[in-house]
Amino acid sequence: MVYATLAEDLKELHHPKTWVGKYVWSQDHKVIAVQYMATAIGTGLIALVLSDLFRLQIGFPGSLTFMTPERYYQFVTMHGMIMVIYLLTALFLGGFGNYLIPLMLGARDMVFPFVNMMSYWVFLLAVLVLVASFFVPGGPTGAGWTLYPPQAILPGTPGRDMGIILMLASLAIFIIAFTMGGLNYVVTVLQARTRGMTLMRMPLSIWGIFVATILALLAFPALFVGAVMMLLDRVLGTSFFMPAIVSMGQQLGYNGGSPILFQHLFWFFGHPEVYIVALPAFGIVSDLLAVHARKNIFGYRMMVWAIVIIGGLSFIVWAHHMYVSGMNPYFGFFFATSTLIIAVPTAIKVYNWVLTLWKGNIHFTVPMLFAIGFIFTFVNGGLTGLFLGNVSVDVPLSGTYFVVAHFHMVMGVSPILVVFGALYHWYPKITGKMWNETLGRLHFWLTFVGTYLIYFPMHYLGFLGMPRRYYEYGQTALVPHSAHMLNAFITVVALAVGVSQLIFFYNFIWSYFYGPKAEGNPWRATSLEWQTPQTPPEHGNWGPKLPTVYRWAYDYSVPGAPEDFIPQNVPAGGTGRHHPT
Amino acid sequence: MNIIRQLTEKPWLVTDQHIVEDIDESAFPSAAPTGLRVYFAVATVLFGLIALAYLMRMGVGHPGEGLDWRPMPKSPLLWVNTAILVLSSLTFQWTRVAARRGQRDRMVIGLLTAGFFSFAFLVGQLIVWRGLADAGYFAMANPANAFFYLITMLHGLHLLGGLVAWSRTTTNLWDGAEPAEVSLSINLCAIYWHFLLVVWLAFFFLIMST
Repeated sequence: MVYATLAEDLKELHHPKTWVGKYVWSQDHKVIAVQYMATAIGTGLIALVLSDLFRLQIGFPGSLTFMTPERYYQFVTMHGMIMVIYLLTALFLGGFGNYLIPLMLGARDMVFPFVNMMSYWVFLLAVLVLVASFFVPGGPTGAGWTLYPPQAILPGTPGRDMGIILMLASLAIFIIAFTMGGLNYVVTVLQARTRGMTLMRMPLSIWGIFVATILALLAFPALFVGAVMMLLDRVLGTSFFMPAIVSMGQQLGYNGGSPILFQHLFWFFGHPEVYIVALPAFGIVSDLLAVHARKNIFGYRMMVWAIVIIGGLSFIVWAHHMYVSGMNPYFGFFFATSTLIIAVPTAIKVYNWVLTLWKGNIHFTVPMLFAIGFIFTFVNGGLTGLFLGNVSVDVPLSGTYFVVAHFHMVMGVSPILVVFGALYHWYPKITGKMWNETLGRLHFWLTFVGTYLIYFPMHYLGFLGMPRRYYEYGQTALVPHSAHMLNAFITVVALAVGVSQLIFFYNFIWSYFYGPKAEGNPWRATSLEWQTPQTPPEHGNWGPKLPTVYRWAYDYSVPGAPEDFIPQNVPAGGTGRHHPT
Repeated sequence: MNIIRQLTEKPWLVTDQHIVEDIDESAFPSAAPTGLRVYFAVATVLFGLIALAYLMRMGVGHPGEGLDWRPMPKSPLLWVNTAILVLSSLTFQWTRVAARRGQRDRMVIGLLTAGFFSFAFLVGQLIVWRGLADAGYFAMANPANAFFYLITMLHGLHLLGGLVAWSRTTTNLWDGAEPAEVSLSINLCAIYWHFLLVVWLAFFFLIMST
């Protein structure tokens, strides 16, 4: 076992003197975390606005004069890509990963602070390249967020000129940035844990982020290869993915390429990506539930193993995104089986969350509300995953709104609820201020109920056979008047949910300047980040001496203890459990 | 402590006090070797997927696909380049041994030679590119050509990245750093070079045999 931090105890940290050195070119993991969070959330806001705009087209066709079919597809594409990669991945790993890993493990910083800083600036470059595609001739790509060739780079697809080039370049840059950050997160977890912080004493947030980072490091190369190869197809005219094709009466120069090859590469990345987002959410939500229910997490070891098993399985299910691509039915059988097996460790996690709440001293704080909201949406989205995991059910549903509903429930709303819960939970530590409780509750109810009203009805639209990806439906017997009314309703709610996010921004910005000062440990939590000598923690986190860990992160309501929580750095001294929980 | 024991520890029991005591304070492996090993995993996936894509695009196992695949001419210069890369890897190994023994002069010679071989390899690859392009084997003409350029480009970029580390190490040593100060960097460079050699040999075999 290694504890590199013992040596780090004596090492002088480089303390920048200037404001720019402290807050711009900073190598402090906490500043980098906030930079990542702010950039990711800012980019996510663009994607939110885009979704409201194209929802207006679906609910009220023709209401926006500038919403041409090209724009519609461009907005849908950019919404998907930004939300999945530039918001969720960057926020969970770059944001929370950066902030929590050193603090929760009792380290002074990441092991490679300079590489960590570079990771953020290269990420920012990726975002700028992506956003630049809105301003180039032809606009951003409208190929759909999966960027399937051949259509993604054929004439006639929106953004075929520059948009797709910038999109692919931005992805490649993002992956380079992530790899720099990811190496840091993994090595910090492996090497920089403080004295007594064994792997099994790490809070589940760290387990989730750790395994998700490994997944991302191993999955993103597939997207990198795919992006580079498609870039060559588009720019140099190679035929990696492009078959011989006649486009608009013209025989193009491509010959013999394999579009399915791209699908395999894309989904070999794309499915682990689901868990790259979900595992940190699983971990964080476990910690939120334990802290705010004043109870140890139920089945800690099982939770850790489930995270690891889900991570492993996520690499052998990718082709369940390709049931309709015409692949060999035996493949479908294999991938349906592996997909359904994932339900087992996932269900274990859900049961353990519920059992953690059972007989807990539940405090309905804002983070707790978001955590419980997550369980609801995640179970809902997970159950429809059982439908879509089966080939025979997936084939008729795959082109419909059922998929949109499933996907947004399980991978859109669920992680976002955890993001909000986590932001409310750690905001006092990050800023040293406390937010407004009433506004927080208002924000939760509007977001939770609102997103349910948006996505739950979409299941019915899907069963009805309503196709996704359509710019407008016109007069078809397939889509009855009632479906149009439901679409209009969904759009109205989506606009309301979009606007209600202003409450969140107002609350956080106002509280930062005028909010009451937060104590160092307002939730009376056990994990190390709440035990720092200063709030917000200063550069180096721990003052002269690193903390020593004597127990796991879940000693809540221990019988006989003077308080209902025992921080991880409190020596045993007779208090603690001596029996299985 | 093995990984199974670590993952089956019962963290809720506060009895395992020994964990705090039995730390071997002399064993602080630096983070960099771990980071490099993790990066090898990433690069292995990257190059492995390219190899898989190569075979898929050739139509291996799928009769009727990849009919347009026309193998590239096997440039004899590739054998020379491979030999040069082997030499650079061997030189790094030699430098590593010199660093372990603290033989400063040998380290300088070793680093400079290894760097020279690496640059020679890159120049050799560029000459191969040039020769193929002059003979009309453009990337767009055939998937075999496209893969060849893609593979050599990504491998060359990795080697260039290694040369950044090499130049920093060499400059440090040149500026009078103690052998012990740079021995870790030399070690890591040597391992990285061996890794890139294995990657290249795998692709060399793939290209030559298809």
